[in-house]
Amino acid sequence: MSVDPRAPDAAGGRPGDDGRAADPAGRSDAGRPGLRVDIALSYGATRIAAAFDVRPGHPLAIIGPNGAGKSSLLAAIAGLVPLDAGEISIGRRRVDALPSERRRVGMVFQDYVLFPHLTVRDNVAFAARMRGSRAAAREAARPWLERYDLVTLADRLPSELSGGQRQRAALARALAAEPDVLLLDEPMSALDVEVRAEMRDELATHVRDFGGATVLVTHSPADAARLADAVLVLEGGRVTQRGTLEAIRAAPATPYVRRLLAASDD
Amino acid sequence: MARAAARGTGRLAWPITAIAVVAVAVLVLPLVALVVRAPWADLPTLLASSSVLEALVLSFTTAVLATAICLVLGVPLALLVAHAESWSAIPRRLLRAAVTVPLVLPPVVGGIALLVLLGRRGLIGQWLDELFGITIPFTTGAVVIAQVFVALPFLVFAVEGALRSSDRRTELAAATLGASRWQVFRHVTLPLVAPGVAAGGVLCFTRALGEFGATITFAGSLPGTTRTLPIASYLAMQTDPDEAVALALLLLAVSVLVLLTLRDRWLPGATA
Repeated sequence: MSVDPRAPDAAGGRPGDDGRAADPAGRSDAGRPGLRVDIALSYGATRIAAAFDVRPGHPLAIIGPNGAGKSSLLAAIAGLVPLDAGEISIGRRRVDALPSERRRVGMVFQDYVLFPHLTVRDNVAFAARMRGSRAAAREAARPWLERYDLVTLADRLPSELSGGQRQRAALARALAAEPDVLLLDEPMSALDVEVRAEMRDELATHVRDFGGATVLVTHSPADAARLADAVLVLEGGRVTQRGTLEAIRAAPATPYVRRLLAASDD
Repeated sequence: MARAAARGTGRLAWPITAIAVVAVAVLVLPLVALVVRAPWADLPTLLASSSVLEALVLSFTTAVLATAICLVLGVPLALLVAHAESWSAIPRRLLRAAVTVPLVLPPVVGGIALLVLLGRRGLIGQWLDELFGITIPFTTGAVVIAQVFVALPFLVFAVEGALRSSDRRTELAAATLGASRWQVFRHVTLPLVAPGVAAGGVLCFTRALGEFGATITFAGSLPGTTRTLPIASYLAMQTDPDEAVALALLLLAVSVLVLLTLRDRWLPGATA
């Protein structure tokens, strides 16, 4: 687990990378861009508007009831749904006019959405495969498989994995693309309750190691507490409160927030 | 499973069973008759005759060609039909109707329509004739066109069914991993619908192989050029019923073979 998967790629990978730090360990803010979001979009009848900044290494949790527009907000950042208005910037790059594939935004979907026809190895190699040969991509995937403890599972299909293994594979697949921003949509919801606490700790480690700007969507204060530095509450498409979880706990702004924090988690 | 078990142990009212048995007889007896009355002893001679071989080669060549064309045209069309789900009602329904029409249309009508379009006096045919000296009707090309016309919907619907049952979010995931639209199609969409494409291709081939009405109307029955197996079989019935039965048996064998190939592997209903 001590292998840094970014090292080999930084050495032999893509030349002339777009101005990011050569040292990719990235536990400090240096060299990794932040995310700046100020957007409006529509999801069915819901109008969603939100503005926030995410610093690298300081994950933001978006928390809110079902139908609040959390997932749509993430999809908009990833470029998967159109905006009505607004701007999205990653560092100094304005990305809201770019197609998804050029934003360098990695996403871990709610139930992971691994490619069912590809092995774990080829799932993790997917981003590299889009830029080169199959052999080169599989080679590039190797350190990521090691880093995420997937070596023994590399030849399995996603349908043969447990929930936790799928989560690891999805995370490895997203991070192997070396995104500037990582988005996690309800990363714990597809897991059995018994393994959640353990997987949450594991995920927290991986998010910290990633070190870039990270946004996660959840409806669980426990996820927010463990995985994020700051919390943004989204209700009916509007931001109703923001701050640290402690600050929000001290002064819940809406009945929803009060109920959420009072309820036992998970 | 529980439902299947319940269905298995439940008892049917006897009139229903009786009618169902009659229905099975309706479906199976003609084929049984074909097998029983087949001139088995003369079969090798009959099937080895030059006219039969000619028709056989022509049928397989044209059906393979038609299937290939259906694959090239049909997969993009299926994607468009699936994509049209987000369109407004009128264009969406028009597109779907256009794909469905050849399925419900009597093949002869398709043949006449093709003649009116591509015949020497046809809408497009007169230009082809005047400008390039190209005449399509009553050529082997016409056989292929007629087969494509009747078989294409089978491919489109098979692929569209596979698209519907696949998780389209995998395409979004691919985009976030840097895949261009073409790469998404090539590396995600196409592999995911491959079983549908294969099933559709086989259905297309069978339909093309059995095509009669549109072919005889649009392409006629010229030995070696447009006289396919079904047409040869029909014509043989007037002169040499034994040969007709032999040809019919051959077509039946191909159908059974296709059925065995498709069995629960590719047919959408069998796995769903």
